[in-house]
Amino acid sequence: MIAFLARRALALVLTLLAATVAIFLLLEVAPGDPALTMMGMNADPEAVEALRRELGLDAPLVTRYATWVLDMAQGDFGTSYTYKTPVSELVAERLAVSAPLTVYALALSTLIAIPAGVFAASRRGRAGDYAVMGLTQAGIATPNFWFAMLLVILFSTVLQLFSAGGFPGWEAGFWAGIKALTLPAVALALPQASILARVMRSALLDAMGEDWMRTARAKGLSRGQAIRRHALRNALIPVLTIIGMQFSFLMAGAIIIENVFFLPGLGRLVFQGVIQQDLIVVKSVVVLLVFAVVLVTLAVDVAYALVDPRLRERRP
Amino acid sequence: MRLGSVRVSSGFVVGAVLTVLFVGAAALSYAWTPWSTEGLSIASRLRPPGGEHWFGTDHFGRDIFSMIMVGARTSITVALVAVAIGAGIGVPLGLAAAAGRGGWLDELVMRFNDLVFAFPALILAILITASLGPGAVNAILAIGIFNIPVFARLTRGAALSLWAREYILAARAAGKGAARISFEHILPNTANLLIVQATIQFSLGILAEVGLSYVGLGAQPPTPSWGRMLAEAQTMIYVAPWFAIFPGLAVALTVLGLNLMGDGLRDALDPRLKGRA
Amino acid sequence: MSLLEIENLTVDIGGHPILRDVSLSIAPGEALGLVGESGSGKSMTALSVMRLLPEGARISGAIRLDGEDLTALSEPAMCRVRGARVGMVFQEPMTALNPLKTIGAQVAEVIRIHRADPDPEAAARRALTRAGLPPQQFPMDRYPHDLSGGQRQRVVIAMAVALRPRLLIADEPTTALDVTTQAVILDLLKTLAREDGAGLMMITHDLAVVADMADRIAIMKDGAVVEAGPTAPLFRAMSHPYTRSLFAASTHRPERDRRPLGEPVLEVREAVRDYALPRRRLFGPRPLFRAVDGVSLAIRSGENVGLVGESGCGKSTLSRAILGLEGLQGGEVSLVGRPFSPAAPAERRRDIQVVFQDPYGSFDPRWKVADLVAEPFHLLRPRPAKAERRARVEAMLEAVGLRAEDAERHPHQFSGGQRQRIAIARALITEPRLVVLDEAVSALDVSVRARILDLLAGLSDRLGVSYLFISHDLHVVRAITDRVLVMKAGKVVEEGETETVFAAPRHPYTSELLAATPDLEAALAAREAATA
Repeated sequence: MIAFLARRALALVLTLLAATVAIFLLLEVAPGDPALTMMGMNADPEAVEALRRELGLDAPLVTRYATWVLDMAQGDFGTSYTYKTPVSELVAERLAVSAPLTVYALALSTLIAIPAGVFAASRRGRAGDYAVMGLTQAGIATPNFWFAMLLVILFSTVLQLFSAGGFPGWEAGFWAGIKALTLPAVALALPQASILARVMRSALLDAMGEDWMRTARAKGLSRGQAIRRHALRNALIPVLTIIGMQFSFLMAGAIIIENVFFLPGLGRLVFQGVIQQDLIVVKSVVVLLVFAVVLVTLAVDVAYALVDPRLRERRP
Repeated sequence: MRLGSVRVSSGFVVGAVLTVLFVGAAALSYAWTPWSTEGLSIASRLRPPGGEHWFGTDHFGRDIFSMIMVGARTSITVALVAVAIGAGIGVPLGLAAAAGRGGWLDELVMRFNDLVFAFPALILAILITASLGPGAVNAILAIGIFNIPVFARLTRGAALSLWAREYILAARAAGKGAARISFEHILPNTANLLIVQATIQFSLGILAEVGLSYVGLGAQPPTPSWGRMLAEAQTMIYVAPWFAIFPGLAVALTVLGLNLMGDGLRDALDPRLKGRA
Repeated sequence: MSLLEIENLTVDIGGHPILRDVSLSIAPGEALGLVGESGSGKSMTALSVMRLLPEGARISGAIRLDGEDLTALSEPAMCRVRGARVGMVFQEPMTALNPLKTIGAQVAEVIRIHRADPDPEAAARRALTRAGLPPQQFPMDRYPHDLSGGQRQRVVIAMAVALRPRLLIADEPTTALDVTTQAVILDLLKTLAREDGAGLMMITHDLAVVADMADRIAIMKDGAVVEAGPTAPLFRAMSHPYTRSLFAASTHRPERDRRPLGEPVLEVREAVRDYALPRRRLFGPRPLFRAVDGVSLAIRSGENVGLVGESGCGKSTLSRAILGLEGLQGGEVSLVGRPFSPAAPAERRRDIQVVFQDPYGSFDPRWKVADLVAEPFHLLRPRPAKAERRARVEAMLEAVGLRAEDAERHPHQFSGGQRQRIAIARALITEPRLVVLDEAVSALDVSVRARILDLLAGLSDRLGVSYLFISHDLHVVRAITDRVLVMKAGKVVEEGETETVFAAPRHPYTSELLAATPDLEAALAAREAATA
């Protein structure tokens, strides 16, 4: 199992490195001059040239890439061209909103989806199954930011239960923070819960059709017992994969949802970065998100190995 | 229900009707819309839905029903071309990777897949638009690139299981080369799967395009687009909720239609999967 | 009183009749053999007793276990019967166990759900020991994937007998196993049922197995019992014509002419085939598995050669190398006197063609029979014209016992036996010198198998084609080959004239294989000697 995980970790580190190359090259071709952006359009050309040297922008491509990656490895993400503060500080501040939002949404999605999927599968072909399938079909088709707007219309305009947006900061207290993140998290979780519930249902149906379920019934287990004791854990294997993938969707989705609710998260930061040509910020946030995806992929591999004894010994 | 010799579900029929409706509306919008979407009319701004303007008007007095018809063009074109890019590059890659299973090309395709999948879809789009600038063409590119590994992985997986079939061994014993077997046997037998995946990616593409134009990275003004309508509607959500509701409904129904059609196709083409997710 | 009494059992699923008026009985300590070809309803009879029929099944008649009618029991009451009073063993041991639970937990579960046993693990340990998996050698925390097929079947048997049920049902328990494993598993089932004084319902398609196992036999066809009675008298009398035809088919040997031997069509010299296994350590080298280890063989024109061995012995790997589908790491293959490998020009493949085991996986489901059979024309230079191709396909279809019109149909419109005829037509269309038959009749019912063997024998005599006949089934190999090679662990351990090898094996492994192979005549003789 150690060798299996070590090999997976190695592959992921390589993926991460390849991703930094791709990000670097993509933004290399971007128009605009960071030095000019920082100094303003009317700056003295000589001063701009000096700043460019100071930022290392005149160095060859390979050198600049190596410097960037090595600095990041030491926690130095550079300085924002527009905010003039270290990117790491900016990101850390925004992460305090985005990370809890993603985790909150993932937890909601999983907690809704797994019981719904199990319910539908165990009532296959009956009214309960059709109801769940119909709802999930609608959930998948709904753009999350539009659903967010509907939530705002309903809960903050009509019912006046939640504020329409903004974030009081964690200083205002844990529950105040959670409350501010609730509508965004629900909006984010709905489409993902719909997908996950369908995956859960079909994985459970697959498991229920396996030969060993017949063996379990022949032992004298009732249908419900056989599902709980045998089918559920087997059905978790495909569900884990999807939960891992959803992390990446949720993080990306959070970027849009933050705009709907005016949350000071990574999403707002990255869009401002794009608009203001603050490419160092864009680069850093993207690397960070890719790193998170890679970490979650590894976590899913570990979870696999915990669930499935065959993986503990066998190699990929 | 039956369609020729194939049994289709009622879900498929509903999905097909919705899809035809929206594609038809997009096509019709080139020739006719109830109102012009170009002229501004401050006098008739933010009218609620009624007999004159079925879905109401926006803050410039434009007819929302007509805007939705024209906006359908953008979303459908972007998603369709992105699917074509994904399938056009991904399917041959997947076929080639499976034909040379275990070889360098297979390894390369797999690593490329890993690389693209390491980026959350929207992040990739942000990166591309940050570099190339926002616009419909770059949105197509961003969504299309993400579609490539989806099709490559699906094709490779399906093709790998086919390569182990006895009829492929028989074709090899009949002296057929890998390329010929891929096109004569593998591709036709993965077609069902690919058609279903194409409808799924089409619907995901519409969602992605709407998301991108919502944040300002998709089609730029004056091209009408569903996403930007929603972005503009958001600021007026208290005074003109209809402005937010109808374009969103259009997106949801289009995507629902495509998904229902995809599920129905899958069930019709593969009776073993009947009633699954 | 009978232990199990089935009276006028009739089952239909979604309106399709599955069983018609089946009546059977089993006395305590008695073994009943339920025999029939696929679709005869024998498995459905067993599932009816367990009340585990597919959804939508309607059942009528009575199934009495110790006088209690199981068809009248509620589902919870039935759960108390399953596993405790009736135990069941299934056909496919590889998939019969939950891959995520240890074998100990899976056996202990039976005890846990039926009894308030303070130490279910101890009871599980006893059951596994009885089934031949003593925990000293097979710790209870092993997972199914650690075990071979035969060992997994022992785990399933341990679950079935853990509570010493009154009735043990075994549904084709050894069909998926090698012949030497089959012998020990059958023996184990017999012993355990006798020890517990349980009734045994043994379901099988193999007459030789049933003659050895069962005291009484019921023969089923199309959902009904056509004949039933004590084993030896039933086979001696064979009053029902279906019984007679089944008997004839299982012992069938096609008539063949001995042809004069000609030049060698295939020579394999010192063939070695290695596979790379997954790495054991992070950066360690990938260990090699030698699937074929220095095999040499020759086939001359006019002879049929058999290659027998159990699963994993390397016979299929060898056949792929012979067919030029995979390369060798050592040695060489030569076809009609010239070296042959995956790199050989495609047109040389016309001399060697293949028929596979699976009648359902052998054809592209989208192609018409005409195109399927014509596919190897690709190898001919020049490629025959369209009209000629069509004429040859139709002639070949007629030669294999199909009709010319069948060319226009799709493979799914044919039965398993007919599909195998199409596969043979495809293999013979280029007039090859050698056809590799890789378990080509193994998936067929006995009566279909007998007819395909006749067809193969006739074609080889008529067309002068040689066969390399690969099979795990010694009866079949004996029926159709002139010479035979016995393979074990990648090596040929014995080679010789088929009759000589079968009559007087020299290698101990060959003797073991022959001894393990069920023999109908011998089983009947033993039974008669015991009762006399």
